[in-house]
Amino acid sequence: MEQHALTEEVLKPPVASVGVLGWMRKNLFNSIFNSILTLLTIYFLWEIVPPFVEWAFVNGLWLTSSEACRAGEGACWSVVTQNIRFILFGFYPYDQHWRPLLSMLILFTLLGFSRNRKFWTKHLGYAWIAGLISMGLLMKGGIFGLESVESTKWGGLPLTLLLAVFGLTAAYPLGVILALGRQSKMPIVKILSVLYIELIRGVPLISLLFMSSVIFPLFLPEGVNINKILRAQAAIILFTAAYIAEVVRGGLQGIARGQYEAAESLGLNYYLTMRLIILPQALKIVIPPSVSILISAFKDTSLVVIIALYDVLKTTQSTLSNPLWMGFSKEAYFFVALLYFLGCFSMSNFSRKLEKELSAGG
Amino acid sequence: MNSEGVQAVPQTVPFWNDPKKRAIVYQIATLCMVGLLGYYLFTNTVTNLQRQNIASGFSFLQKESAFEIGESVIPYSAADSYGKALLVGALNTLKVAFVGIVITIILGTVVGVARLSSNWLVARLAAVYIEVMQDIPILLQLFFWYALFYESLPSPRQAICPGAGIYLCNRGVAFTIPEAHPAHKYMLLAFIVGCVIVYLIRRWAKKRQAQTGKYFPVFRVSLALVLGLPFLVWLASGAPTALDAPKLVGFNFKGGLTVSPEFIALLLGLVLYTAAFVAEVVRAGIQSVSKGQTEAAFSLGLKPVLVLNLVILPQALRVIIPPLTSQMLNLTKNSSLAVAIGFPDFVSVANTTMNQTGQAIEGVALIMAVYLVFSLSTSAFMNWYNKRVALVER
Repeated sequence: MEQHALTEEVLKPPVASVGVLGWMRKNLFNSIFNSILTLLTIYFLWEIVPPFVEWAFVNGLWLTSSEACRAGEGACWSVVTQNIRFILFGFYPYDQHWRPLLSMLILFTLLGFSRNRKFWTKHLGYAWIAGLISMGLLMKGGIFGLESVESTKWGGLPLTLLLAVFGLTAAYPLGVILALGRQSKMPIVKILSVLYIELIRGVPLISLLFMSSVIFPLFLPEGVNINKILRAQAAIILFTAAYIAEVVRGGLQGIARGQYEAAESLGLNYYLTMRLIILPQALKIVIPPSVSILISAFKDTSLVVIIALYDVLKTTQSTLSNPLWMGFSKEAYFFVALLYFLGCFSMSNFSRKLEKELSAGG
Repeated sequence: MNSEGVQAVPQTVPFWNDPKKRAIVYQIATLCMVGLLGYYLFTNTVTNLQRQNIASGFSFLQKESAFEIGESVIPYSAADSYGKALLVGALNTLKVAFVGIVITIILGTVVGVARLSSNWLVARLAAVYIEVMQDIPILLQLFFWYALFYESLPSPRQAICPGAGIYLCNRGVAFTIPEAHPAHKYMLLAFIVGCVIVYLIRRWAKKRQAQTGKYFPVFRVSLALVLGLPFLVWLASGAPTALDAPKLVGFNFKGGLTVSPEFIALLLGLVLYTAAFVAEVVRAGIQSVSKGQTEAAFSLGLKPVLVLNLVILPQALRVIIPPLTSQMLNLTKNSSLAVAIGFPDFVSVANTTMNQTGQAIEGVALIMAVYLVFSLSTSAFMNWYNKRVALVER
């Protein structure tokens, strides 16, 4: 054995096909066209990246006044750092900012736990319900000696998160009902569901938000007022439900006919068939697409800017309309974009991971 | 069990145990509930409208609008009616959607192909582009581009000139265009005639190939026809070459073609955002065609162009078209965000109309109706096209 190994001459591969050089030859310069493409890309990056780094970091100003920013050449990140509490919390009373902060921490903790499928038990569901209620109470106040804060003063990132999370939570049951309605054998129920779903999916969210801000008040009897945030929330729920219905329908269609027939032959009625047999399977299939709906709901909450709710984008805008900080939009929008990016990126990463796990038969 | 017990079972099933009758009851109940809810909302609305003295109806459409619209495809002034203002808005929406869709498909395809490139750098860059663009709300992107235009570009007097005849400033982009000439009308006509002839030639070539197996170079002939006919018309009308260059008059550019910053910001935002989604659609479509198909086509001796045209594209398109349709619709619906940066699209004009007349219900109903028409007609067209390319199974 040993002798054989010694006598066999080990030929090393040529230098140009291993290591960094080999990798570059294989992945960057494997044909004339690719070589040209690589060089062009490198030139393009060279033109873009160093000036950007110089602007953003080398010359960037982080904690200065706006006068210093106007004198300087680089990015003025001070517009974010000096106004961070207004951008994040809006008009929420200044000395009470710990409350929205705590609510957000509760939400992030819950989201963190929900990422791990080991924790997907009933207890997590209860934890979510308790968490959502305590978040609402923390924001609203009025009990346990907390100062009551009108919801008109809610704003910033907590508002964005609340609209997205409550929107999806409330839209899910509605979406499931609509999906079941669309699959129903009863023509009237089916037609009503299809009408609703197609109507909502055919119009932009902004038209529903307009409706919530100008028409909802007309729908209500005299003397009844629902505040603007709740009305916008209702519009987001109605909108998201239609999209969830289509996703859930995909899941329902993925269930084999035999499952329905087996449930029927066991003597289960419609409600029990759905609750015990069909929905548990269908909803499991649609978890990854549901996460993408959550991502779009999160992004779509930014549209409430148009009906003048102070979400994180609107607080940024009103910071920028302050004469002191006018003209630093790029920096401020970069910051908000980073917030949205972090949120959406972690969710889509999670969705990809989950899809892999579920398709692996987990 | 004795025989008496068996006989005691009633012959007819009570109606609550008959699924058919039960279904009818459920449906009537649902209908009643929806009807009652509708009636409740309707009566509330009517009383509220009476209380606020708002007359409902669409008669306001004939009234004078008394507001200017920044840009318009058709001539419009403040003396025109609200109806015409809304038409201008709808045409602006169509303009943005059409231009946006064309550019988005091109950019999305390029990025989608780049994502699958064997060039590591290009593939990574495309992946980063797709991820970043998908994760930032479109509205934020619109604000960003608009702010970039307004804050970073100089005034018209110090306009940047990136290429001959193009001027960039915070009032928009001014392009040099050929001076208006009657020949242009005939060139357009020649182009349309060319397109019709190409369509007929394609049909004929396909038929002939199916019958005799003879191949006709459709692509080259088509290109020659579509470009050549207008060119011939241009030559025949004396080859007018006069150019209409934008000139600085006072504080702004006159002449040439000026595109407003609102339009450019809207177009940039919509295109860059939607292209990321289209790129993913294109990537999935290309990946759905298995490698064996390409290899089999090559082993039949087909040329690369034919492999792409006859084997890969028909199969990839089948996967691409349905999600592509929904992305195009998304772009059209997202163009309604123009209202946030002040581009006079349909929603923006309707919003102004609502504020001036107080006809909120009619305004929102119009917005919804117009977008429904856009959505339904686009998806009808795409469904028709999809049916043509769809797999015909036994």
